[in-house]
Amino acid sequence: MSDKDRKQAQKSTADQEDVAVEDVTSAKGEEITDRIDDILEEIDSVLEENAEEFVKNYVQKGGQ
Amino acid sequence: MAVHKVVGTETEFGITVRHQADFNPVLASSTVINNYAGGRARIQWSFDEESPGRDARGFGFEDALPGELETGLVNVVLTNGARLYVDHAHPEYSTPECYDPLEGALYDKAGEVVMARAVANARLVMPAHERMFVHKNNSDGKGNSYGAHENFLLARELPFADVIKFFSTFLVSRQIFTGSGKVGAENGRPQVGFQITQRADFFEEEVGLETTLKRPIINTRDEPHADSGKYRRLHVIIGDATMSEVQTFLKLGTAAIVLSAIEDGAIPEELALEDPVSEVWKVSHDVDLGHLLTLADGRQMTALELQWQYHEWAVKYARSSDLADTYEHVLGQWERILTDLESNVSSTADRLDWVAKYRLLEGYRERDGLDWDAPKLRLLDLQYHDVDPEKGLYHRLVNAGRMKRLFTDDQVQRAVSDPPERTRAFFRGNCVARFGPALVAANWDSLVFDVGEEALKRVPMMEPLRGTRERVGELLDASPDAAALVTALGGS
Repeated sequence: MSDKDRKQAQKSTADQEDVAVEDVTSAKGEEITDRIDDILEEIDSVLEENAEEFVKNYVQKGGQ
Repeated sequence: MAVHKVVGTETEFGITVRHQADFNPVLASSTVINNYAGGRARIQWSFDEESPGRDARGFGFEDALPGELETGLVNVVLTNGARLYVDHAHPEYSTPECYDPLEGALYDKAGEVVMARAVANARLVMPAHERMFVHKNNSDGKGNSYGAHENFLLARELPFADVIKFFSTFLVSRQIFTGSGKVGAENGRPQVGFQITQRADFFEEEVGLETTLKRPIINTRDEPHADSGKYRRLHVIIGDATMSEVQTFLKLGTAAIVLSAIEDGAIPEELALEDPVSEVWKVSHDVDLGHLLTLADGRQMTALELQWQYHEWAVKYARSSDLADTYEHVLGQWERILTDLESNVSSTADRLDWVAKYRLLEGYRERDGLDWDAPKLRLLDLQYHDVDPEKGLYHRLVNAGRMKRLFTDDQVQRAVSDPPERTRAFFRGNCVARFGPALVAANWDSLVFDVGEEALKRVPMMEPLRGTRERVGELLDASPDAAALVTALGGS
């Protein structure tokens, strides 16, 4: 389809969605930034110890 | 006219126990299931109506599937209508039958909470130095994969050949918004640092009945768990287990609307691929989304361009059909994700697991100077999927406001205990909650009661859209016990 048609198709469904849909996002959701450092520090504090051993022993039986 | 798209998911979770010398995944999985303390009935799952070896193309499969048969050992049916059991050495959760993709995404999320609670309880009965982990992922990074399947109700009259023709390329190209991301490649595929999906490396056939080896893009299992004269249940095995609520909704919603359009003859072109099997992993290995897929007629298109084409057809189809509002939501989210993937992939990190994970790992690579084969990156990849709300990295991103949600915690909690109200899961869940001790067996399409008479009483449920609150709510309320219920239903 042409870009124009596509834009129109996009616009119409977006308009409808804006009426029908409400995303539930936590209060901080608006503040997403490109800075990733603070989340890395938080993750450092919960990351399992001894990555090499954990990963080596993580073997699953195949499933479906 | 397309049949109403009742949907559901089945997820095999990864399981391991740290510091346990004789770790046995079947025993560990049983421990998880047996320690789920929410509303449930521990009953036999009757297999007499199941036939996983039946093929939608019309021919059968003589050998028994032993993995399917041993599942009767540990099986519980939950008050939300779901099934929790041990399958192929994994704990597995199957959602109840859901009325639409939004409800499907909600009950899929509820399954993670069920699993997290079961793990928390299992840890209490295990020795203190042992530690159990359950991950909602699909690969151990060493060549072993386990499934996350989607199910969609189809009209029996739809020729299965049409599913193969019109749905395959949709499934190959949708990976750009259905993948949950993985470090490295497996199963002999070319090495990459990071790829879009967990499962792509394991697909080796275009069409077939297998689910545990030589996995096909289109699975032909013909086991409707409903009136087989009227329905098919399409068993989609080429998808990742997803943590993001928006992503699960997109995965189920886009497939449901495209399948409805196929049933109504509204997908005008096959867009057949020259070599679909290799395109599955090539799309997954291309995090920049520039890969050109080659069509059988020689055209070349990116996965994004293919998805825009399906989106256009779906929008047109929705305009000419009487679809519920949920599908306007699907079309809007679909359009937004394609627009954002096209302009700036990173901008979808608040909705797509693979992008959220990729950004996190790139952050670590930059900060700590890590190569893609660093164990720490593989650990981060795994831990993204940990169902433990304190440890799982997906949960940390949600708590930090970095992932969009569709549901509140209260809605998810209610879905853990209460069944959907607009499918037969309402009847099943309520029978478990109200008459659990009288239930002796269950299946998707029947319940068997022991009401103290010589013969057991079987209640068939061959219509997925009956047994709803509207149809049986009053009857259930008026039945003081299972015997009264069975008598009111006609006593067979």
